[in-house]
Amino acid sequence: MNNLLEADSVSKKFGNFTALNQVSISVPKGSIFGLLGPNGAGKTTLIRIINQITMPDQGQVILDGEPLQTHHVKDIGYLPEERGLYKSMKVGEQAMYLARLKGLSKSEAKKRLKYWFERLDIGDWWDKKIQELSKGMAQKIQFIVTVLHEPKLLIFDEPFSGFDPINAILIKDEILRLRENGATVIFSTHRMESVEELCDQIALIHESNKILDGKLTDIKKEFKTNTFEIGIRASNNLLLEKELSEKFMVSPANFKSLGDDLKLNVKLSQNDIPNDLLSFLTSKGDVSHFVELIPSANDIFIQAIKNN
Amino acid sequence: MNHLALIIEREYLTKVKNKSFIVMTILSPIIMIALIAVVAYLSQINNNKLRTISILDESGILKSSFVDTETVTYRILENVSLEEAKIKVNKNEEYGLLYIENFQDIDKVGEHIKFFSEESPSLTLMSALESKLEKQLTDLKLEFEGVDVEKIKASRVRVNIGQESFIGEKTSKIDSVVKLIFGGLAGYLLFMFIIIYGNMIMRSVIEEKTSRIIEIIISSVKPIQLMLGKIIGTSLAGITQFVIWIILGGVLMSVFSLVFGIDLVQPQPGQQELLDQAMQNPDVNAEIQNIVTAFYNLPITNLIFAFILFFIGGYLLYSSLYAAIGAAVDNETDTQQFLLPILMPLILAVYIGIFTVIEDPHGTVSTVFSFIPFTSPVVMLMRIPFGVPIWQQLLSFALLVGTFIFTVWFAAKIYRVGILMYGKKPTYRELLKWIKY
Repeated sequence: MNNLLEADSVSKKFGNFTALNQVSISVPKGSIFGLLGPNGAGKTTLIRIINQITMPDQGQVILDGEPLQTHHVKDIGYLPEERGLYKSMKVGEQAMYLARLKGLSKSEAKKRLKYWFERLDIGDWWDKKIQELSKGMAQKIQFIVTVLHEPKLLIFDEPFSGFDPINAILIKDEILRLRENGATVIFSTHRMESVEELCDQIALIHESNKILDGKLTDIKKEFKTNTFEIGIRASNNLLLEKELSEKFMVSPANFKSLGDDLKLNVKLSQNDIPNDLLSFLTSKGDVSHFVELIPSANDIFIQAIKNN
Repeated sequence: MNHLALIIEREYLTKVKNKSFIVMTILSPIIMIALIAVVAYLSQINNNKLRTISILDESGILKSSFVDTETVTYRILENVSLEEAKIKVNKNEEYGLLYIENFQDIDKVGEHIKFFSEESPSLTLMSALESKLEKQLTDLKLEFEGVDVEKIKASRVRVNIGQESFIGEKTSKIDSVVKLIFGGLAGYLLFMFIIIYGNMIMRSVIEEKTSRIIEIIISSVKPIQLMLGKIIGTSLAGITQFVIWIILGGVLMSVFSLVFGIDLVQPQPGQQELLDQAMQNPDVNAEIQNIVTAFYNLPITNLIFAFILFFIGGYLLYSSLYAAIGAAVDNETDTQQFLLPILMPLILAVYIGIFTVIEDPHGTVSTVFSFIPFTSPVVMLMRIPFGVPIWQQLLSFALLVGTFIFTVWFAAKIYRVGILMYGKKPTYRELLKWIKY
């Protein structure tokens, strides 16, 4: 069994509204899995089903080879998007309470909390009240509580919102470290740059349906358009541009260069070989730039939703 | 430790450690007792003031009936006109002037008595004067008609109907009063408890929603556990508060009485006279005896058991609904439309308890409402001191438990969906839809 989590054609309706329609995903062990989709696509419903907060109408979820059961709550750590803490409780008390709800003993919870508080440099917050903390500070505590019971599966819904860049990096590094230690991460976000940075696998949900999933690199291959960004110093730029546009689809490119180079995006057809283009260019002048355009997660996101 | 116990512990501790809860717990009895003390003290000052009332009796037949008391001194004016008397009384800053005009006819004398004063006179004083004069004039008229007043007094017969049930239990009117007090107290206590702590539960559910912690919690525990934990934890805090109130109230009461020498439970001096009169009456001792027997006649064991069972049942029934309301809305102002249907049966129960049970504890209305689960806890608790067959109590309780299980199920459904719904105020129809989610 290579997948930690498998959702098998999960459907959920709320009255007449279909929140999820036959959605299946497979999350490999040890991966960081990006669950993407526009607002209201059904990501949160799927995550709530995995957390047994909502029950699916159809389909089932399998965690580590077993259909979901009550005892699985301690194998999952969930940081919801809508998250808060009890305002009037002290930080330490509150963290202890939440940790013990996840099944940790009192002494174990205390030991681990002390460790994490030191680790994230918030040791002196123990006796503060939540209402004295800033939003970012409260987020740190929520993060700790999510990972404290060392679950097999971590689910983060927009984990970086509310963090300043420095703390965002801190949290990102912690997530990567947890993965190294064997955790599997599901990651739901709108921030494509963090998807790019972190995710191995993604699934894209749009209007209750899954429209795309797989390894991020495979998807990128699938979405690449065989387009190359070129920069060249030719004797006659205008003439070269004309010659190129007769053979290929070209459009102006935008990147930084030192001289007044000819800058173009050149789209090759299926049969064209990049090397032929390169040798053609070298015969015309000094090539300063030759890069294959790889679609960004952002491009894929927009493209996939447009195509649908 | 299991989840439910943890939730109960947290709910209890946060409630009990909450500053406003502590302040309320300590301050409420102090304020209550202080208020009672102030009122008692003020009316004592008021009554202790010695009042002088001048009497101008032109008829001459009533002069002798005025005897000074602790609080009132009577001064008989002679040989002055009404106008002179008024000026004099006013100048001396006396309390007032009682003017009795002279007529041949005793009835007419009675009709034309007047009291002049600077301010409108005390009501109790006036009625005391009225009854005194009435008695005196009646005696005079009887004498005038040639009737021997002494004979009439001597031939007055007292009737006291001894009540007894078929199985031989002695009862009395006093009995009914004692029963009523016990039943009323139990029913009213439940009513207050539901309103105060039901609201507290509702607020705590809303707080979890607005602070957005709810989703973190229910990824670890089942919503129904959270709801029950809240209800039980808050109730325990409520019981703690009640017990402290009772103890603190008792202690403060005795302290106040000792320090200020004000007897809070003793009747006011104005009523003292009446009481003294009553004490001379041999019947009163018998009545006190009656109260004591009435107390012992109460079905105490039954009362205690029924109180505990109906209290818990009724409280859980209503508090689960309060929790559901809290889950359905985003803030407290939106709760009004949902609270009304809950408060209606509660208030109805108290009214039925007060008006119908007193009149006829085993009549149709009282009986029916002591079975309907939403009113039964209050009405049944008020009926039980009057003796309700065990089968009725059991049936009523069974109905209550059945309904309670249903409302908890219903509330849990609403709760489960509602706690994750933000931003819109649901309608009743939407609430019904949630049950199917």
